[in-house]
Amino acid sequence: MKLADFVYEVKEGLGISFQAIRANKMRSVLTTLGIVIGIVSVTLMGTAIEGMSRSFNEMVSKIGADVLFVQKFSWFSSQEDFEMSRNRKNIDLKQFKAVRDQGSTIAAVSPLTGTGVPVKYRSLSADRIFLIGVNEQYIQVGGLNIEMGRFFSQSESDGNRPVAVLGYTVAEKLFPSETPLGKNVKLGAYSFRVVGVVAKQGSFLGMDMDNRVYVPITNFLQKFSNHRRGLDIHVKAANINDLENTKEELRGILRKARGVKPGVKDDFAINQQEMFIQTFNQIGGVIAAIGLFITALSLFVGAIGIMNIMFVSVTERTKEIGIRKAIGARRSTILLQFLIESAALSLIGGIIGIIISYPLSLLINQILPTSMPISVVAIAILISLIVGVVSGFLPANRASKMDPVEALRHE
Amino acid sequence: MQPVINIKNIKKTYIMGMVEVNALVDVTIQIQKNEYVAIMGPSGSGKSTLMNVIGCLDTPTSGLYEFNGVNVGDMNDNELAKIRNRDIGFVFQTFNLLARSDALHNVELPLIYSGMKKADRKARAEEALGHVRLEDRMHHKPNELSGGQRQRVAIARALVTNPSIILADEPTGNLDSKTGVEIMGLFNDLHAQGNTIILVTHEEDIARHAHRIIRVRDGLIENDHIVENRVLPGIHS
Repeated sequence: MKLADFVYEVKEGLGISFQAIRANKMRSVLTTLGIVIGIVSVTLMGTAIEGMSRSFNEMVSKIGADVLFVQKFSWFSSQEDFEMSRNRKNIDLKQFKAVRDQGSTIAAVSPLTGTGVPVKYRSLSADRIFLIGVNEQYIQVGGLNIEMGRFFSQSESDGNRPVAVLGYTVAEKLFPSETPLGKNVKLGAYSFRVVGVVAKQGSFLGMDMDNRVYVPITNFLQKFSNHRRGLDIHVKAANINDLENTKEELRGILRKARGVKPGVKDDFAINQQEMFIQTFNQIGGVIAAIGLFITALSLFVGAIGIMNIMFVSVTERTKEIGIRKAIGARRSTILLQFLIESAALSLIGGIIGIIISYPLSLLINQILPTSMPISVVAIAILISLIVGVVSGFLPANRASKMDPVEALRHE
Repeated sequence: MQPVINIKNIKKTYIMGMVEVNALVDVTIQIQKNEYVAIMGPSGSGKSTLMNVIGCLDTPTSGLYEFNGVNVGDMNDNELAKIRNRDIGFVFQTFNLLARSDALHNVELPLIYSGMKKADRKARAEEALGHVRLEDRMHHKPNELSGGQRQRVAIARALVTNPSIILADEPTGNLDSKTGVEIMGLFNDLHAQGNTIILVTHEEDIARHAHRIIRVRDGLIENDHIVENRVLPGIHS
């Protein structure tokens, strides 16, 4: 068939289809409803999955991709591994110094430890504050931006000075109307001078990153001794493309510093962002697949509805098919006519579905950072078209193969 | 001159369950251009099967059927559809109009299937409706028309492609006798204008409008003769 003929037949077929759909309004509405429900659930599921994935990526991107975390335990160890590694030695400042002094592929390195303390300034106080001990390089390692003032310097850090840098929320709570710079705040029982405020960071995995106070690690260890937990070492690699090398170098330094004998497994872990992403992709992928499968079932039910009603329609219009064939309609013309009818029914359902699910996706947006992606809209329209064509094929084929003599005799 | 319809020794056998039914046993007919032929026979005689074969709705089991010199037996479904579309104008006892479409669209339908442009086919359909004097009923749907008017729409639909033959199956069967006379008058006019008309009927009075009557019985041609005293429309009963 030539393209022009095909276009002509599609145009005529559309006219006939809309006439037939209008002639059976209630039936068409009910049939379409199945597709509407299917498309709404599939697009909303798609939007929610997109939102989950996006919010996760936003979270994870806060952990720099080029930062390695030397810790006692692996982030994603099994219960069994955890039991085995319970009695590991803590990481201490000596090991940090070994990394700092021997590491050749690192851009910045900071030890890190923390504890919860109450923070006070005059009559104002802030609870559930996480006090963190780091060195001056943490501004690079942690990717911090400074809102006002400055981060503490190397001499302050090495010189054990009682200086503090406040997280954004802490500064807001304690200093609603005056500048915090130069003021003395009470961290637990000790007085610290504020030298800077960190810019707003948001939250990560439910932790408020702005509810923190940073102090020099040396001072922290003196005043808030925390030897039971030991330290973490955060390392920013010099070259993100060379992360594996940096990891190997760190392993070597730490094995030596911790006295791990050759042939014995590491008694520490080097964690990185990549592990989060892998684990999420596994879990998230399974959740997404199950979610889409369940919602796709409702679309499938809608497709069965269309097929059913098209069979009814073909049987009802046997006589009409006979007339059309007697007058010169070819098989392909009849086939196309009924395919267009079922595709139109389904497509209308798909479009209505999108119109309904768009405002609902805005509701989802209140919880997850997402909007209905244009790709979901395009796919939904394509799917509803395909559903219509596929579910209409058997009925349309039956219509096209009718014997005109038999069909004309039908009342 | 080449006949429009050349049927030689055709046979049509149906298998109904386990039994073979010979609807047409051995039929030979030639019909020339501008003939007005009535095919008569009691029910079960095979005249409906013969009409379906002539109308290319059905193909014979064996034998030769040439339409305008082309062998119909060799045609596939699409070619049969094409010949029904261009060369055969059907008029049925029960009119067989599309109920949801108005008169104009019903008449346009064969032209849609032949792929004619919208403006052209509308003009042709209006002309055909004018021919059956239904200019003022073009946008009425079948259920808004009388029986006679419906049959005239069907005749306009049959005429609109300028077919080689007009094949009418009991065209007055569902009409009162006065309207029947009108319709037969219309066929007479169409014949006078050069159309070839094949009328299938079991009524003697109707058949005698034609110039030639072919009588079918038990799947065979019983008789094929020229009508001596034709009934002229308007004069009979």
